[in-house]
Amino acid sequence: MIPAVLVFTYLAVVLYIGIFAFRHTRPTDREAEDYFLAGRALGPVVFLLSLFGTNMTAFTILGSAGHAFANGVVTFGLMASASAFVIPLTLFFVGTRLWALGRRHGFMTSVQMFRDRWECSHIGTVIFAVQAALLVPYIIIGVMGGGTALRAITGGFVPFWLGGAVVALVVMSYVFFGGMRGTAWVNAFQTVLFLSFGAIALIVIGRGMGGFPSAIQSLLDSPTTAPLLTRERFSTLTFFSYTFIPLSTIAFPHITIFCLTARRMSQFRRTVIFYPLCILAIWLPCVFLGVAANSMQDVPRIAQKLEARQALAVATPAMPAEERASLRRQAAGDDVVPIMLEQYAPLWLAGLLGAGIMAAVMASDSQILALSTMFTEDVFAFYGGKARFGEHVQVQTGRLFVVLLTLVAYVVALRAPQGIFDLAVQYAFSGYASLSVLFLGALFWKRSTKWGALAVAVWTAAAVIYTATIPGALAWFGLLPVVPMTLISCVLLFVVSLMTRPPAEETVARYFAR
Amino acid sequence: MQPKTVLLTLAIAALYVLHQDVGFWRTAHPLVFGFLPVALAYHAAYCVAAAVLMWVLTRVAWPHHLDDTRERRH
Repeated sequence: MIPAVLVFTYLAVVLYIGIFAFRHTRPTDREAEDYFLAGRALGPVVFLLSLFGTNMTAFTILGSAGHAFANGVVTFGLMASASAFVIPLTLFFVGTRLWALGRRHGFMTSVQMFRDRWECSHIGTVIFAVQAALLVPYIIIGVMGGGTALRAITGGFVPFWLGGAVVALVVMSYVFFGGMRGTAWVNAFQTVLFLSFGAIALIVIGRGMGGFPSAIQSLLDSPTTAPLLTRERFSTLTFFSYTFIPLSTIAFPHITIFCLTARRMSQFRRTVIFYPLCILAIWLPCVFLGVAANSMQDVPRIAQKLEARQALAVATPAMPAEERASLRRQAAGDDVVPIMLEQYAPLWLAGLLGAGIMAAVMASDSQILALSTMFTEDVFAFYGGKARFGEHVQVQTGRLFVVLLTLVAYVVALRAPQGIFDLAVQYAFSGYASLSVLFLGALFWKRSTKWGALAVAVWTAAAVIYTATIPGALAWFGLLPVVPMTLISCVLLFVVSLMTRPPAEETVARYFAR
Repeated sequence: MQPKTVLLTLAIAALYVLHQDVGFWRTAHPLVFGFLPVALAYHAAYCVAAAVLMWVLTRVAWPHHLDDTRERRH
């Protein structure tokens, strides 16, 4: 009961933050910029915390521990340290340039920049369509995650449909009223929760287990668990492939758009320095706890997972698919951190965890706002809506879009199986990594052209569909598909651009003048 | 290319290569602080190294020229 009360208190607080941000919005002659980009005036602390929070999802707390429970310490190198290096690097080189171009030319989305940079219109619409299509599964997954988390935290008292509805309504409300300002403040608050959660959980569980050295020693003593402390079961090529995944971050519309919200470019300084440390502070406890959970064989729910994993390891190909799927579900470790807290932590901490989980699953707020920004700027305004109806109607259209998108996501979340969208999100990462080539071409290569950009967008869409529908497609030489997808995008941009006419010199000069 | 640019490019490339720490692939030892497997400790230190590199980049390669945003059209 206490965890449920804390979670609902948390939901009330984020709702208040969103509405509070709305009430503190000053009337301005740039209403769209104010709603969609917080007036390009976010301060340094909110910018850092919110940018980090925007990029954290339910996977960060639950999924990372679950992955580490099954795969061991490799999880940190795969997903955390690669991101700790690549994401700040892309923010430093690409994010600062996007911020400057946004200030200079008034861009509010990346497609506006591409249209101007490459002197194109409908090709920009194609890029918009690919970006938007890759983003939709994240929003649906967010609603599903809200329903699942609320059901789990309340012990089934709140059913999935109601939990999803409550979370969708809260997110929709603060995005609707608060726009980017409300979303950024909520994300900053959520990041503080993430950061607090990791440290507290590590200390409490460590004490409860009687110290980590004995837990790790027991893992080392068993031949079945000792490999979890090394990476001997993992291919070095797959490990290498994962360094391409964080390239996707800068191409995510919600991250690109967020780069435009900083008041000053100097805010990127602290952000890129602290980003790797924030990743360390959140991921290291989650991964370590996920691995250490393997030593808790005296806890029945953990023991059941280990037995299911053992049964899968010795399963013959003749095992029926349904039985195999059931064993996989039993062996999944996404709930090991809650189980550990239940075992060793007081109720109030379990409540804090519940709020942390809710914070993570509510990451869809910035994605909903980003899609609304893209629709109103790249479609509504671009095709004459803003000129005809004015900026106020444009903002109201954006708000209406937020409501419709949330409703559609909720209805789909109720009716469709989650597995489809889990898969779509997995391939969307590769898609956005492939699209990151567009940013590198536009900002660093004068000779890039709109036809090269179109080739990248079409290739990305085709490759995502191909890899999602045919198992093993593009997994060349043991690499993940993200590697060939990104490299082929580079080749396509290069070759097609050289074969086609570049933009006018004065256009190029505006992007490369020092 | 200026020597500073070459050095920073090499530092970025070196940190990227250092992510592939094949030397610690098959061992958990030594256990740092008595409980942290070496691969995990290495990648935790890698995050700190990334933060240090970012600090260096912001000190010596900050794109000051981008800060001039006077040309706004809208």
